Amino acid sequence: MDLDFSTSIPIYLQIIAEFKRQIATGLLKPGDKLPSQRDLAAQLKVNANTVQRAYREMEILGLVETLRGQGTFVRQTEEIVEGTRDEMLTKLVDDFVAAMLSLGLTMGDTLELVKSRFRELEMAKGGLTDERS
Amino acid sequence: MNAAEAALVVRNLRKKYPKVEALKGISLTLPKGEIWGLLGPNGSGKSTLLKCVAGLVRPDGGEIAVLGAPPSRERKEQIAFVPEVEGLYRWMTVRQVLEFTAAFYSDWQQDSERELLEFMRLDPEAKVSSLSKGMRARLKLVLALARRAPLILLDEPFSGIDPSSRDRIVEGIIRQFKGEEQTMIISTHAVGDTEQLFDAVVFLHEGTIALRGNAEDLRTSRGKSINDLFKEVFA
Repeated sequence: MDLDFSTSIPIYLQIIAEFKRQIATGLLKPGDKLPSQRDLAAQLKVNANTVQRAYREMEILGLVETLRGQGTFVRQTEEIVEGTRDEMLTKLVDDFVAAMLSLGLTMGDTLELVKSRFRELEMAKGGLTDERS
Repeated sequence: MNAAEAALVVRNLRKKYPKVEALKGISLTLPKGEIWGLLGPNGSGKSTLLKCVAGLVRPDGGEIAVLGAPPSRERKEQIAFVPEVEGLYRWMTVRQVLEFTAAFYSDWQQDSERELLEFMRLDPEAKVSSLSKGMRARLKLVLALARRAPLILLDEPFSGIDPSSRDRIVEGIIRQFKGEEQTMIISTHAVGDTEQLFDAVVFLHEGTIALRGNAEDLRTSRGKSINDLFKEVFA
């Protein structure tokens, strides 16, 4: 895990957010083992109690479970993955809409912009596929 | 928390030097298993407080209890104090410094020493006089962390050293800190880049406590980093 901390937000919340992101994007799958608390603390250079707090919160949230003597694992619950994904999507869209509004764009402008960007990306992707074949 | 469960209890600690009142009645209770940041500008009383706890400076008033008893020569095994000043003999090699120090303490851990030397990238055959300031700071940390002392006091371990040595020291502390059975106080006047190390912080200002609290709780309630709070308090 590589985290660029903003120290004005509690660090344990940022660790949880990063695990949620990894779970939602499929980087971490149900049943995968999380790094040991001590290893993660050393890797992120944060206090071990902070990592412990993040793991404990994630257990309460039902994201992970700790098996005695074996470690902490991502729970096998699709709902949680979907819930986390929805949560992330909502936040991304909210942030995007807020940014567009602050730039003075209307819903129509924004939708047009998004559509044309999607088309460009798809064309670029198609172009690459053609080149390869 | 009762006093027996606490790693350190300080009550109304006072110390006056001829020209300055260094500590004006400090009270603190540190639970076991935590790393505390003792933060304040130069001259705020940080070193005096640590030296009183280590039993090296006699306070004018107040009480100190380390694991339930006052610090004394007989109980030196309980405290590892790393002063800001350098007490290393410059003509010794790294290995000689370690052997010399190990001889004073029955709680010295050979395997911790080996691990730490390797992690800190210290050459045992190098002369102290040939080490950079950052490397000497690393060596001082090895001396404290190779022991199993329940209370570790580090006075300005990051002062005036290069960022790579600072990062090594931060990571070394996280790797070697023995959780529940140890407690650590680290004093510093440069909070940036080290604040993620602390469970709790105490801001010392002219011999009194200006602010204290759990670091994550302070970030939550103030919406600021400890570094920003530090700048605010000591502006």
